[in-house]
Amino acid sequence: MNHTVSPSVWLMIGAIVVMATAGDVLLASAMRQIGDFDDIRAHAGLGGAVAAVLKNVRFLFGVLCMAVSFFSLLFALSWADVSLVAPASAALTFITNAFAAKWILKENVDRRRWFAAVCVGAGVFFLAR
Amino acid sequence: MQSTMTFRRYMVLVAVMLGASLGDTCLGIGMKHMGPVSIHHLSSLLLALRIPSVLIGILLLIGFFASYLTALSWADLSFVLPATSFGNVVVALLAKFWLHEHVSPARWAGILLITVGVGFVTQGPSYTDHSQIDSTDEEATVPAMASNVKEQSV
Repeated sequence: MNHTVSPSVWLMIGAIVVMATAGDVLLASAMRQIGDFDDIRAHAGLGGAVAAVLKNVRFLFGVLCMAVSFFSLLFALSWADVSLVAPASAALTFITNAFAAKWILKENVDRRRWFAAVCVGAGVFFLAR
Repeated sequence: MQSTMTFRRYMVLVAVMLGASLGDTCLGIGMKHMGPVSIHHLSSLLLALRIPSVLIGILLLIGFFASYLTALSWADLSFVLPATSFGNVVVALLAKFWLHEHVSPARWAGILLITVGVGFVTQGPSYTDHSQIDSTDEEATVPAMASNVKEQSV
């Protein structure tokens, strides 16, 4: 049996991770721009809160990135084993999200959060295999 | 960073972790019941909407997404993602004790690592207040600029 993973499969996993991270960052950025969802719902009702989210361009791009990531996952699964693609992409997404949160969203990612991201990434990898 | 977590907000995080995991599980059960779908007959996917567990799965995933967005409006992405990853552990434990599936040593190691990660991140602050950071930066910048001007004038 040949267990080597071709570069094209890693490229597909990379595409899933990049699009999932972009989606998460855009959604987080959109929600930060909109403000506390509970406060908006208290003032404008659930309809007003939903309208505020749906009108946000970052939110729409975030959902688009999530959709592209999902279809990239489906495409990758038709080429490679689910036991490789699913855990590898899920685990790497935790790490790339920590980097994106630090450098793009300017969140205060301290040592505690780095450690948590690495632990959870490794844990998801083991759990999903 | 500040901690703005209340009991209600912890419940939103629980909804995120359970919504995603249980939603995926319900979809999985439903799609197994339906059988394989050919790429040439994608319209047959609409028939999946007749399966109760698929509908429950979709409702749970809608609930997950609403809770996820709510959580991101008052907590950092680097806090929400690790904190809600505990749902993977819940599914593994359900598989072990409810469905009586075999959980390998590697999976137990995964459960341990996720539990440690979640324990670490939830002990810390949940939100980065950018207005405070900006004002701190300004305070740090102004004395530095003042000392530069003093040096130049000297």
